[in-house]
Amino acid sequence: MANEKSNLKRSTRVANGILSVVFSVISLAYVYPLFIMLVNSFKKKAYISRAPFTIPLPGDANWTRMFVGTDNYATGIQKTEFPMAFVYSLVITVLSVFVILLCCSMTAWYINRVHSKLSKGVYALCLFSMVVPFQMVMFTLSKIANVLHLNTPLGIVVIYLGFGAGLAVFMFAGYMKSCPIAIEESAMIDGCNPVRTFFSIVLPVLQPTYVSTAILEAMWIWNDYLLPYLVLDLKKYKTIPIAVQYLKGGYGSVDMGAMMAMLVLAIVPIIVLYLCCQKYIVSGVMAGAVKG
Amino acid sequence: MEKAIKKWWPLFVLPTMAAFAIGFLVPFVWGLYLSFCNFTTINDAVFTGLENYVMAFTDPSSVFTHALWYTALFSALSTVIINLLSLTVAILLVRGIRGTNIFRTVFFMPNLIGGIVLGWLWQVLINGVLEKYGVTIVTNEWYGFWSLILVMTWQQLGYMMIIYISGLQSIPEELSEAASIDGANAWQTLRHVKLPMLMPSITICTFLTITNGFKLFDQNLALVGQNSPNSQLMALDIYNTFYGRTGWAGAGQAKAVVFCIIVVAIALIQQKLTHSREVQQ
Repeated sequence: MANEKSNLKRSTRVANGILSVVFSVISLAYVYPLFIMLVNSFKKKAYISRAPFTIPLPGDANWTRMFVGTDNYATGIQKTEFPMAFVYSLVITVLSVFVILLCCSMTAWYINRVHSKLSKGVYALCLFSMVVPFQMVMFTLSKIANVLHLNTPLGIVVIYLGFGAGLAVFMFAGYMKSCPIAIEESAMIDGCNPVRTFFSIVLPVLQPTYVSTAILEAMWIWNDYLLPYLVLDLKKYKTIPIAVQYLKGGYGSVDMGAMMAMLVLAIVPIIVLYLCCQKYIVSGVMAGAVKG
Repeated sequence: MEKAIKKWWPLFVLPTMAAFAIGFLVPFVWGLYLSFCNFTTINDAVFTGLENYVMAFTDPSSVFTHALWYTALFSALSTVIINLLSLTVAILLVRGIRGTNIFRTVFFMPNLIGGIVLGWLWQVLINGVLEKYGVTIVTNEWYGFWSLILVMTWQQLGYMMIIYISGLQSIPEELSEAASIDGANAWQTLRHVKLPMLMPSITICTFLTITNGFKLFDQNLALVGQNSPNSQLMALDIYNTFYGRTGWAGAGQAKAVVFCIIVVAIALIQQKLTHSREVQQ
């Protein structure tokens, strides 16, 4: 019996060892596209489409032909005004997420504690808006944004609040259902008005949901392409995805060198951020899924 | 307490709802109305009934009907592939093998990269491979189709894996132990104990992959571009109808309404189907 058990353990150990090796190989294959992108961003543009998998090494015959140093980055930055796009993306994302968190947590608390037709209607609309595809509203939305002068990085925050409200209200409301109401009640009996009760009692309790909602909304807004493309005044403001897509130009010819360099610049900050706050990002996704 | 909060609605509910009206509700209702109108800008709309819908479906180039089945097929296939793979990976990665954390980190990473950026990144790779056979990604619709499947699997595998892992970890240890004491092998435990307990995760993941598949736009635009109608999913086709064909704005809005109805219907049916299979813990 004891022998059988240790045999079993050994076979599991061997199986796990093999699995580790297999997954290591798959992981390498998984990051390979990113690696190729990085390599290509230093190659002459003619060789990117023709030989994307060739890696020039110093001393190699390919090296002098293919390697262009940081030229692609210089052209790319000059063509896309990448630093400004980065700033606009950052401003829009940070402001929108902040406004969404503040307004939607307040709304969610209200509809959870007040059982009225208004509350029910708001909640149902929020759920509905999460499913509706953007194409349904894109034409009219871009017209309205124009008429109301919401085509600036500040104005678009209003639209993101409207569009992101569904997910955020849903997340907050889901969490609040499980929060005890007793503390709030005693605070209000002691003379707190609803505003103070919300900010000093409810808000601290909601902290984990703030983090996970912020992550989900930020992932969406930072990467969003079509909404800002249709809403923003593109002569003045471009976000990163818009700047990247703009490299394509009107006639379908793309400077692949500049493209690769801009892709690297777009991806690197995200990956650095991810490796720093991985714990929060992953638990944010999990929290979102549980509520979903 | 309820009464006290109730009168504060202008502070708690109004800002969100005002933005919601501007960003969603008004455009939605207006869009619905415009789908029954002939218009080029928003001020010259004339009510024409179902004309736009007829126009969308009887278009001689039949791009819309093509986009319809192309999208449905893409969405169905990507849902199956992504969920099977991510569930398999999740099951293998809860065994506690060496390097588990690194593997999870790597698999999740592509989710943070935007669709436009991803599309361009993969276009270079895929065209680089296809070039050896003298074709490109837009040569025919199936190259674009499988490329989209590949890209979406690469991107979403990690996200679904995370959800499945948290689902697997919430299954009480005793259940699997009881099953194995009763003589169930690993496969039987998985099939009859773990999978039923995983139904909530499966509901969420299939919901996300189906709707993501139907709504896919950015990756499609960057990967195959606007000039290959054969490889266009519905979202991109609607966009092109609006902004690429003069006189077709009404038909574009009609397509969008059809699209919207399909997505909402699928979401509802899917929720019903998988929810009914969930077991109480």
